[in-house]
Amino acid sequence: MSLKERFYINFIEDNRWHYIVDGLKVTLLVTFCAVMIGVVLGFLLAIVRATYDKTGRLKIANVLCKVYITIIRGTPVVVQLLIIYFVIFGSVNISKEIVAVLAFGMNSSAYVAEIFRSGIMSVDNGQFEAGRSLGFNYTQTMVHIIMPQAFKNVLPALGNEFIVLLKETSVAGYIALQDLTKGGDIIRSRTFDAFMPLIAVALIYLVMVMIFTKLVELLERRLRNSDH
Amino acid sequence: MKMKKLGLVLTAIACMGMITACGSKDSAKGDSKGEEKKTLVMATNAEFPPYEYYEGDEIVGIDAEFAAAIAEKLGMELKIEDMAFNSILSAVSSGKADLGVAGMTVDETRKKQVDFSDSYYTGRQVIIVKEDSDIAGPDGLEGKKIGVQEGTTGDIYTTDDFGDEAIERYNKGMEAVQALAQGKIDAVVIDDQPAQTFVEQVEGLKVLEAEYAEEDYAIALKKGNTELLEKVNAAIKELKEDGTFDEIVAKYIK
Repeated sequence: MSLKERFYINFIEDNRWHYIVDGLKVTLLVTFCAVMIGVVLGFLLAIVRATYDKTGRLKIANVLCKVYITIIRGTPVVVQLLIIYFVIFGSVNISKEIVAVLAFGMNSSAYVAEIFRSGIMSVDNGQFEAGRSLGFNYTQTMVHIIMPQAFKNVLPALGNEFIVLLKETSVAGYIALQDLTKGGDIIRSRTFDAFMPLIAVALIYLVMVMIFTKLVELLERRLRNSDH
Repeated sequence: MKMKKLGLVLTAIACMGMITACGSKDSAKGDSKGEEKKTLVMATNAEFPPYEYYEGDEIVGIDAEFAAAIAEKLGMELKIEDMAFNSILSAVSSGKADLGVAGMTVDETRKKQVDFSDSYYTGRQVIIVKEDSDIAGPDGLEGKKIGVQEGTTGDIYTTDDFGDEAIERYNKGMEAVQALAQGKIDAVVIDDQPAQTFVEQVEGLKVLEAEYAEEDYAIALKKGNTELLEKVNAAIKELKEDGTFDEIVAKYIK
């Protein structure tokens, strides 16, 4: 079969390209919502953990956060996904998109929490003391002095986490959610051609990651401008 | 800066192309050599009781035992490779496996990629529903959520009949059945024999009397490998005639 014929069979015939396009939409939607959950939840976790590290307050909350992070980081995301779908929401008829967003969002939050915490802890303690001596209380010092610096420090690591998350959503097919990877798989199960659907899917992920990397780079440059 | 990045991407694509090109050349070489092979590699998806499934560490079932009998007739040793159902035909057509034996239905699209042996069994696609379901036959599936195992004939037929939106494709038949038991979907269309096994294992489900479709199971072989195809067909014929095949079936289907 010529390359042109293979392209026709894999993408044009029976409108198979729909599987790719629809899958891409699902992948983007799930990733976007999961990032939101991951950042918000991860930020809260990091605040609790950093506050404990710095002041010794929030002891019980800190222990709970630590347990949560240990469990989430200690188990594969695909297992978490299946547990949420088949065990936690076992008897509930819930949208698979929501299950995926929850699973990937929670998974990401544990990593984001540690990224944020490393950022907060990396800001020199002198900055903290300076804030306090200016008459700021703990929260004010955090919000106005520590956080802006911490965010700038963790931006590359955060960007990396989102790239990982975007690609990790490719296991959503385990709960029969038709994401980009599953879309390629469905075409593969119809045409039995491994090359075309897999390369197409790989290229789309690659382009998405490249665009995203560019955006993070732009943001980094913008933030660096404020250094002066 | 921009040029550099573009160059990088192009290099990456070129590399990919080279890797795949090498891959196909290698497998072509393997064929032309034509030396006497000692092992017969069978690709299957061992999540399809009673045709193939795990019992301890071993893959057993009708297909597994049947393929072993064929290998014995050919004076070869059987090696079973377990993989996702939709990878089986790729494995066969790329020469990674000699036979694809997985309760596989002869189908026109599949025929474009592989050759099929003579049919060795007639299978049926059936519908599993909850015991209190109002679905009574294939007509009742209209407008319902149907679970299938991705890439099976159940998947392909129902997608043709009811459209893409109605179908939920699980990686494993068991997961589709589980989703049905939990009320996430309304029905599962799957092969008759696994359906019986699943219904025995999961409470509150039943298999409808009215079948969804009938189909012929056959063994998939690499296109153009007529020598092996003829040997396999001869072996199937012998095993069916001397009653070995019926014995194997009787062992797994009561």
